[in-house]
Amino acid sequence: MHGRIKLKTTEEQAEQKQKERLKKLHFYETTRSACFAKRKAGILDEEGLILSGQLLAANPDFATLWNFRREIFLHLKEEKNPEELQTLFEKELSFLETCLRVNPKSYGTWHHRGWVLDHSPHPDWKVELELCSKFLQFDERNFHCWDYRRLVVQRAEVSPQEELEFTHKLIGTNFSNYSSWHYRSTLLPLVYPDTECRVGRADEEALLTEYELVQNALFTDPNDQSAWFYYRWLLGRADREETVSCLYISREGQRLIVSFSHPVNVLLPRDELILFVDGLPLRVTWKSPHPQLKRSAIWQLSLISSMICELPPNTINAACSEHNFKVHWRDGRIQRECILYKGRSESWCRDSATDQQLFRCDLSVEKTTVLQSELNSCTQLQELEPDNKWCALTIILLMRALDPLGYEKEMLQCFQTLKATDPMRTAYFDDLLSKFIIENSILKMEYAESRNLTNLCHLDQMQLVTHMNLTSNRLKSLPIHLSMMQCLEVLEASDNEIESLEGLVQLPRLQEISLQNNRISKIGDLRPLASCPSLILLNLKGNPITEVPDFESELSELLPSLKDLIV
Amino acid sequence: MAVADSLPGEFDVIVLGTGLTESIIAAACSRVGKSVLHVDRQAYYGGNWASFTFSGLLAWIEENKEAFSKEEITEWMNDINEGEEIILLNSSDKSIMNVEVFNFASQDPVEDVKEEASLQKKDDLFLTVDLVEDLKEEGSSQRKDDLFLTVAVAESFESGIEKSPDTYVNEHPAETLEHNDVCTSSQKKNPELSIDEKRSVNVCKTSVAETRKTITYSQIIRESRRFNIDLVSKLLYSRGSLVDLLIKSNVSRYAEFKNVNRILTYQNGSVEQVPCSRADVFGSKQLTMVEKRMLMKFLSFCIEYEQHPEEYADFKERTFSDFLKTKNLTPNLANFILHSIAMVLDTDLTTEGLRATQHFLQSLGRYGNTPFLFPLYGLGEIPQCFCRMCAVFGGIYCLRHGIRCLVVDKETRRCKAIIDSCGKRISCGHFLVESSYLSDDHHQKVKYRLISRAVLITDRSLLKADSEQLISLVTVPPLKSGQPAVRIIELCSSSMTCMQGTYLVHLTCSSVETAKEDLSPVVSKLFSENMKAGEKGEVEAERPNVLWALYFNMPDFSSVERSSYDLPNNVYVCCGPDSGLGNDCSIQQAEHIFHQMFPDEEFCPPAPNPEDIVYDGDGTPPEESVFKEHGESEVGDGEERTLDTKYLVTSTTNEAEDAQESVKEIPTE
Repeated sequence: MHGRIKLKTTEEQAEQKQKERLKKLHFYETTRSACFAKRKAGILDEEGLILSGQLLAANPDFATLWNFRREIFLHLKEEKNPEELQTLFEKELSFLETCLRVNPKSYGTWHHRGWVLDHSPHPDWKVELELCSKFLQFDERNFHCWDYRRLVVQRAEVSPQEELEFTHKLIGTNFSNYSSWHYRSTLLPLVYPDTECRVGRADEEALLTEYELVQNALFTDPNDQSAWFYYRWLLGRADREETVSCLYISREGQRLIVSFSHPVNVLLPRDELILFVDGLPLRVTWKSPHPQLKRSAIWQLSLISSMICELPPNTINAACSEHNFKVHWRDGRIQRECILYKGRSESWCRDSATDQQLFRCDLSVEKTTVLQSELNSCTQLQELEPDNKWCALTIILLMRALDPLGYEKEMLQCFQTLKATDPMRTAYFDDLLSKFIIENSILKMEYAESRNLTNLCHLDQMQLVTHMNLTSNRLKSLPIHLSMMQCLEVLEASDNEIESLEGLVQLPRLQEISLQNNRISKIGDLRPLASCPSLILLNLKGNPITEVPDFESELSELLPSLKDLIV
Repeated sequence: MAVADSLPGEFDVIVLGTGLTESIIAAACSRVGKSVLHVDRQAYYGGNWASFTFSGLLAWIEENKEAFSKEEITEWMNDINEGEEIILLNSSDKSIMNVEVFNFASQDPVEDVKEEASLQKKDDLFLTVDLVEDLKEEGSSQRKDDLFLTVAVAESFESGIEKSPDTYVNEHPAETLEHNDVCTSSQKKNPELSIDEKRSVNVCKTSVAETRKTITYSQIIRESRRFNIDLVSKLLYSRGSLVDLLIKSNVSRYAEFKNVNRILTYQNGSVEQVPCSRADVFGSKQLTMVEKRMLMKFLSFCIEYEQHPEEYADFKERTFSDFLKTKNLTPNLANFILHSIAMVLDTDLTTEGLRATQHFLQSLGRYGNTPFLFPLYGLGEIPQCFCRMCAVFGGIYCLRHGIRCLVVDKETRRCKAIIDSCGKRISCGHFLVESSYLSDDHHQKVKYRLISRAVLITDRSLLKADSEQLISLVTVPPLKSGQPAVRIIELCSSSMTCMQGTYLVHLTCSSVETAKEDLSPVVSKLFSENMKAGEKGEVEAERPNVLWALYFNMPDFSSVERSSYDLPNNVYVCCGPDSGLGNDCSIQQAEHIFHQMFPDEEFCPPAPNPEDIVYDGDGTPPEESVFKEHGESEVGDGEERTLDTKYLVTSTTNEAEDAQESVKEIPTE
């Protein structure tokens, strides 16, 4: 009947498709060989552009062909007059645009576009900016385009203010956009520089409006991570100043220990640490407490071994002498001085900032009122969304910034909520909690009561501690950072899950170690202890190692000075 | 137009009425290979779903005011055999009631019309362009205001060719003869006319302190063709059954869509934006932080309310508005949800409210920031798209062609045939009819509701925004108890439904009284019906001016049970448009009726891809052009329709033209 539609069968369709595929493949292969042949022969003409263009339109990730094109362009640049070149470059840009439409996430295409514009006689960067905006509208998370945009912004000298407005627009359409939030964090300090000229910081006034913006996102969708991460950036803005936080001298062994606020490597020329004894500079070799610690907050030195005899022997260990020690760091801009008085066996000089400011490096020195009001609104949000982990976590951070000891109970509660709502990350929360508990112990100057620790940190703050009780925690190891506790004499670590003792290295004063009911199983696990010369008591009761035959004899070989072994 | 005498004498399905439901069923039947005759007594497609140009609408108004005389031709009685009886159908539609028209736009001098008439001969396009250009240059030496105006005129000239008379012909083939002349004259803008506009602007400048372009009635008449005024005002839910059907059946290729940009509401005496999407809530300045959270929390619950039956178990028998009260929502938020998101009545039950909210939310974000789509050129396009589909698969179309009666076999109680308005007897297997074609005898037995409708042409948007080209849905909660909630759809000119500088505003509600009584309280709250700016208060000056208004009532048969009509089994009744915002009711009915007719056939399977079609070889098949790919069209017309908006599917005008070509092409062998 007239006007009726008949359809091709599926076999016919498949056959036709197959034919087309083969045809395409053949075309692709011949064009590719033609391109390679041309390049090999060094023929850099416009035909090469056409051929490579046909291939790149189908497969934009063919890096060699982009290179071929660039070679052709560089060659043509010498041959053609400026007008001809301009048309050629414009043609290339429109070709690139079609390529980007096919695949907006091709490294080669974006890179080539940047190259073309940089070599073009009259580049129009404003057009490029619009192109970026269009592609970002299409896919706001296209990082290739974000990258390219940064290049364009730099070349076109777009003001950070305009870019800030652009991010605002993108966030307005969809605030689940890490790229835009992150971009804001880099733009804000440029648009609103910090009044105290701290690098990477923005003016407090500008930040206050940002709080409001980000809170809109938090209350609209508290499960969206991007806004929370930005919020944490907003809150955490003060880095601790670099300083030498402590200088310790002991007559015994003529030892000197220097602590820093941040891990450093004083063996590098730019971080060189110079020691003056009684006003005279000494050439010394600093050592980190553990061979694996290349950057460390603690550096030490034994004057006996490392001094090149510029001082008379036994200068330091003569009990009646009095000496002045001084370290210069960062070309003398940072110094610390300590006097070892007559009749004293040791002496130290510590940073007075050991109070509450010590652990606020994550959150800023922001005015307390602002933090308090942020805490209030987060608490309000938590009442509405008791199961939201981001909210609970932020509350913890805010409470720690405001008053770590005062909010201790609330903090523990929040951690309970966190672990209940996000059981997959229990281990992470345990480690974080351990960190905060240790911080609080340091603040309280009590080192005996920490429980449920899964992780040890801030050990650099405990370099003067002599007795440490880690009994009944959930520690799996004594990490290498423990070697920073250079004054440690007694370590109680019973009832843990400790398998490794790698941190018990070169602790000159360590005498007693209690490791009852742990998981030490091999004699090799105890090897680090051999570097602790003062060790006399070791309790290994309830460890699998006690069942290893000949273990005691092997141990006495390893630790000959050991007097008491409890098994 | 089909020559009725040449119609075949037998069809599988005869469809009377070209509204949405009938057209979908016609397309579905034709698609699975049934022979379909699709007729409408009107000269236009769509019945009560039709879209009109402004002058077309005026003609429609006149038609509905006239009393029809019943023609009594009985010669066809000879065709009735023994053992058969007849069921008479209405020869005219008297279902539209209470039509009232108000014109607030300033009237132009009478010469204007004469000028227009005299211009008809000047159809040299190039000459006109030159003149406009001359005018532009002239304008540059004039005062600023004049320059602005001239440019505006030039622009409207340029955009005036967007939709050429030819395109128009093919969209409404039957109207061609009557309106073509008028169209031509209105298309060809010329300097004389623009001078006239200048004059009217000058007049108003003296009276209006704030310069606002005043649109005169004659301008509206002149630009009549820019209007596509729907009798029914509905939107498409982005995840609604109509969108699904359009995609599934590939009918979407015949239509273009624009996103509804804003959901607004009238609250506390002002028009406000309803925060409904995540981005809206984030950006809203009216909501406090806590309100934002409460709203988002409630909306997230609604998306998957079936998974939390415990949340609303106690409220299953109670109203949604009661349920909202228990959700810690501020009154503002509860209003937003009840009236603007769920769009249910105060008396609707909780589950209904939750379902409606869910439907709304599921449609969000599919094509844009609101859940709704609007078809460019008006909702009347949609039934026509399905007619095109029907025609592509061989359906035969006859407009301005009635059916006088059904011939029923007394024994089997089945409809054997129909007698058409030419008196020809045509046999059919199934007969489908839109309910307004049924005679008054049938309607007396059924209870149906009414829809109150108003159509306004205004001069500015209800809520000013950065862009003037926005489509807004405005929900107005009942102003007083007892009054209905009113739904407003405000269309901008880029929706291709009204001339530049105007907005086409549709108001809809379930009738309580007449349309005027139901809707005019809302109109006077939100709009200004007084064009004399000097007498306006400050608040009123901010409101849009109503230039022209139409009120009417339309029947809503959607709640009528099929069983309440005493009709043969193979006669199916389509209810026509309902008062709801979406189209689900019509789609469900279409699918249901189709499965009653042909239980074993698939409903609207996808139309094949153009490259998979092979032709029989008996002459040039009409389908060829219909399946033409984008960009292959020879004439630029189609391009002109492209707007800077998101489309569901874009198509070119040429496809539509060619499809219509095939509609008209009726086999003569």
